[in-house]
Amino acid sequence: MLKTIFSRVTQTIVVVFLLVTFVFFAVRAIPGNPFASEKALAPEEQAALERQYGLDKPISIQYFKYWKNILTEGDFGYSLAMKGRKVSTIISESFPVSLTLGVLSLILGMGLGIPLGILAALFHNRWQDYAAMVIAMAGICIVAFVLGPIFQLSIARPLSVLNVAGWSRPADIILPAITLCFGVAAYLARLTRGGMLDVLSQDYIRTARAKGVPTLQIITKHALKPALMPAVTFLGPAFAGIITGSFVVENIFLVPGMGKHFVLGITSNDYNLVLGLVLFYGILMGIANLLSDLALIFMDPKLRKS
Amino acid sequence: MTSVAQNIKGENLSAEKGSSLWADAYIRLKKNKLAMLGGIVVILILILCFIVAPILAASGMNANEQDLTNRFAGVGEKGVLGTDQLGRDLFMRVLEGGQISLLVAIMATCMTVTIGVIYGGIAGYVGGTLGNTMMRIVDGLLAMPFLIIVILFREIITPYIDTLAKFLIDDWGWNDNTVLRFANLIPLTIAIAGFGWLSMGRIVRSAAASLSKQEFVEAARSLGISHRRILFRHILPNMLGPIIIYATLTIPSFILYEATLSYIGLGIEPPNSSWGKLIQEGANYLETNLTVLAVPAVMFSLTLFAFNFLGDGLRDALDPKASKD
Repeated sequence: MLKTIFSRVTQTIVVVFLLVTFVFFAVRAIPGNPFASEKALAPEEQAALERQYGLDKPISIQYFKYWKNILTEGDFGYSLAMKGRKVSTIISESFPVSLTLGVLSLILGMGLGIPLGILAALFHNRWQDYAAMVIAMAGICIVAFVLGPIFQLSIARPLSVLNVAGWSRPADIILPAITLCFGVAAYLARLTRGGMLDVLSQDYIRTARAKGVPTLQIITKHALKPALMPAVTFLGPAFAGIITGSFVVENIFLVPGMGKHFVLGITSNDYNLVLGLVLFYGILMGIANLLSDLALIFMDPKLRKS
Repeated sequence: MTSVAQNIKGENLSAEKGSSLWADAYIRLKKNKLAMLGGIVVILILILCFIVAPILAASGMNANEQDLTNRFAGVGEKGVLGTDQLGRDLFMRVLEGGQISLLVAIMATCMTVTIGVIYGGIAGYVGGTLGNTMMRIVDGLLAMPFLIIVILFREIITPYIDTLAKFLIDDWGWNDNTVLRFANLIPLTIAIAGFGWLSMGRIVRSAAASLSKQEFVEAARSLGISHRRILFRHILPNMLGPIIIYATLTIPSFILYEATLSYIGLGIEPPNSSWGKLIQEGANYLETNLTVLAVPAVMFSLTLFAFNFLGDGLRDALDPKASKD
């Protein structure tokens, strides 16, 4: 287990390092500059701003300084487009929103997808299986920006309890969470079905059936844990992806989450913001993968021994 | 497993008549109703977008012609599917949008297959330290947030493509409308393919690695055939199954990426339009008129369904071991 943690941590460090390095030089290769969005600046003002944010120095110095600030002071720097705001403030304001939304939609997705997958596997090649798989395919093919407006029109309009969009009341989380959960549910259903079919065809399940264990007990006690392993492997990266926010869903339902900063950061040449977000994302991805590794070790005795 | 000889009953076939992998696969595919339906829908959509739409355009129907007296015309009132917020023919707009969506996805998939096969093939065939390093690079790139990197990449290459387009128009005298419209698609296509080939590379590598350990490759090697010839004449044809399956499943995911980027305004730009763009425009007029959203949304979702069912069916047919039947 220690070995797993160690290898995941090293891997995360390498990936985060490469990711930040790549993005550092890539954002600077985008044409335009972060201060161009304002009214035409005089060259002196532009130079002053660049000096203030250290952008006048050679790119290699900027690069080392960026790492130095992060490693010694944990400082992500200031946003270039949103004047006077620290990148860390922007993240700490928007991340909780994305986290709440992401966790809720993940729970909904698991509650919907896993039972659907189990059902499909139990009724393999019968109409229940086909129906479940068509539903799962619908979850993949009817995407958020089609589903979101449909929900706004058919659920939020008639029900005065729900706002069409916004983030002022607790109930506002319901529609975006439902919209987000279908994609997760769809993949989980397919993976659970595959895992379950694998397990159900194994000898120990046949033994259990032969000695007369009821089906429900076979599923819950013997089959479920190993059958969920592919789904757990998928959940790690999916978790990191979904809690860092979805620009599309945030955009439709006016959720003040992290997704929009990723996109706006790139389009407004906000180097520090993009880098900070990517770094944060990389670390979250590492943690999520580690959690899914640990869950797999917990679920599979074979992995525990090695 | 049923062989061809058994299936064509009553014909005078000798017992030795073998059945190729492809013939067997076709028989399995034909049994899969959803996959066949998906395949038919894919063909119909391709015919609609790439054959019917140009014919209609040539006969005078214009997707960009505005008619402000006939805004939001209902189905059948004007044109086949009514008109949009500016009185443009919705049917033509959906078909032309589909052209762009499909064109981007198919071009990006072709690039993906090319890069993935060459990279993965070499990594799998050579193996060892080089192969492993090549795959670690792929793993590292796969850990990146896909859409963010694609947006970044697209922003970087756009000015280069614009310069190239300008060069073609000014110095080579190419038709500027055609070049500009087409040049608009290229950065997005390259950006999607530039990071979309990674999974294809992995699949090809694992197939190439297992094939290059088999006896027929060893035999070819002992006959002194060059590495390039072994790779392209002996290994590549044997990998066609997984490549075709994965390419079929890549097209819908690329259609989806294109639509997502166009929806958030970082994909296709006017005068071009794609399904993602049409859906985004339609969503703005949701309360006035539902068809403006419904028509592109249905076409888009239907296409994704069709490609995914076809791809899943092909996987079951070409790779029965991997499918859970």
